[in-house]
Amino acid sequence: MTISDPAPDATYDADEARRARNRRIEAVARWALPLAVVILTVIGWHLFSNSSQTRGMIFPEPAKVWARFLADYPMLFTSLLVTLKITFMALAIAVVGGVLLAILFTQSRFAELVFFPYAVVLQVTPIVSIAPLIFIYVQDPLARVLICAWIVAFFPILSNTTLGLKSTDSNLRDLYAIYGATWWQKLLFLQLPSAAPYFLGGLRIAGGLALIGAIVAEYVAGISGSGSGLAFRILEASYRLNYPRMFAALIMIAVVGVIIFAATTFISWFFLRKWHESALSREQ
Amino acid sequence: MTDLSRPPVLSLGQRPKLLEMGGISKVFNGTVTALDGMNLTLNEGDFLSLLGPSGCGKSTALRLIAGLMRPTTGRILWTGAHDRGDIGVVFQEPTLMPWATVAKNVWLPFRLRGQSFASVKDRIATALALVGLEKFHDAYPRELSGGMKMRVSIARAFVTNPRLILMDEPFAALDEITRQKLNNDLLALKDKIGCTVIFVTHSVFESVFLSDRIVVMAARPGRVVQELTVDAPYPRDMEFRTSPDYAAHTHVVSDALRVAIGDQSHDDL
Repeated sequence: MTISDPAPDATYDADEARRARNRRIEAVARWALPLAVVILTVIGWHLFSNSSQTRGMIFPEPAKVWARFLADYPMLFTSLLVTLKITFMALAIAVVGGVLLAILFTQSRFAELVFFPYAVVLQVTPIVSIAPLIFIYVQDPLARVLICAWIVAFFPILSNTTLGLKSTDSNLRDLYAIYGATWWQKLLFLQLPSAAPYFLGGLRIAGGLALIGAIVAEYVAGISGSGSGLAFRILEASYRLNYPRMFAALIMIAVVGVIIFAATTFISWFFLRKWHESALSREQ
Repeated sequence: MTDLSRPPVLSLGQRPKLLEMGGISKVFNGTVTALDGMNLTLNEGDFLSLLGPSGCGKSTALRLIAGLMRPTTGRILWTGAHDRGDIGVVFQEPTLMPWATVAKNVWLPFRLRGQSFASVKDRIATALALVGLEKFHDAYPRELSGGMKMRVSIARAFVTNPRLILMDEPFAALDEITRQKLNNDLLALKDKIGCTVIFVTHSVFESVFLSDRIVVMAARPGRVVQELTVDAPYPRDMEFRTSPDYAAHTHVVSDALRVAIGDQSHDDL
């Protein structure tokens, strides 16, 4: 082929055709590839479990885990609700507390100087090392776990929202000042919308962390009985050498984590889809 | 429907005084004199350009008039009661809120006064039509070109029919073709609504084309060097750009600017 070869169709050249083909392949591969990986993983898991008698005892095959899941479903589901309740309550308090504290920090430099070190200390101290103390001082079983989950989840909300509130365009700030905007108007119409992308990024991190905080707190608390969450079910099953149930509970936690991530990603996309770079496709 | 009516055009000497700056100085950090003893009288209907090199205090003067900062010495006296919000501003960047549609951006000055969108819908539509963006009412800023964003910014500045519009090098970041188009459209707009404008620029050509008064400023310390008038009648169009009259004015203003830059000390530019 020479350079002077005319394209068969002037409006649809070879380059365009290749791009269209790549798009079609990607549309299928987007679903097919992850699905294939999951199927291969399950097959590999099955083969590994059956490779020796003893291995199957401590590493149960997928079918056994599935059977245990179906049998224990009522109990596991009750526990899942407990964990979910703590996760979402912690996330809600982290959102409200983080945003309010961020607003306080941006309104008063002194408030930030005074309180920010505490926020950092809470963040960098591993929750498992604080949790035993919290369990000594706080008696209410729900409140204990909630405090732990909240400590883990609230920092990304606080730091991201603070950054966002400070990132307003300086010319827009001048414009608001010239028009005599009140503190409230500036916050509501300018600062909060500017901070939205940062806040939503923080929410995506905090959603996963709230679940981790809830699980870790349950481990440390070790609450038994009807009020126990999924983490306690894993502990309990390990004491009883019930490995299929451990796997079933573990997979449930992982699925919940993925759902939380997907939900916060969707929320972020939903609020930013009209105007923010992160939510716009490049072809537009 | 709208109060953007056309007032009678008065010649320079007949216009009523809008504001007077007397002996205005602004010193930053106690050491940097951004503006030194500036005196200026602005009249209703003036299109006044502040022309000068970087650091001559033209943007500082604008910020002082806007009330964003207070002068170190001197005072700014407005004729009649002056409400801070009675000023429209156009910055070098369009300075639009990316999360709001074009119409919602233009609504901002009304919104900050507590007026609902529905109650000023017609005025917003009129303002957008005057800058040629009636079809982009519900578009988001990211969907517009640089020149169109600047038009939205201009519509927002005059939608409330303010006493004074301040423009801080509004077209400096645009390409030459878009800039000329916007210069023409700005004059057409001024002809329709008869606003008073202070226009900061470092372009001799832009200042001569647009304004009827040019204040040439020098740097270090920032000060007024010379005041000139451009007595060519409005409306001015592309023909004015090629006329001998325009060339003559450009010559005079260039000379004045050269003097202003010349008595600035050696180092920069």
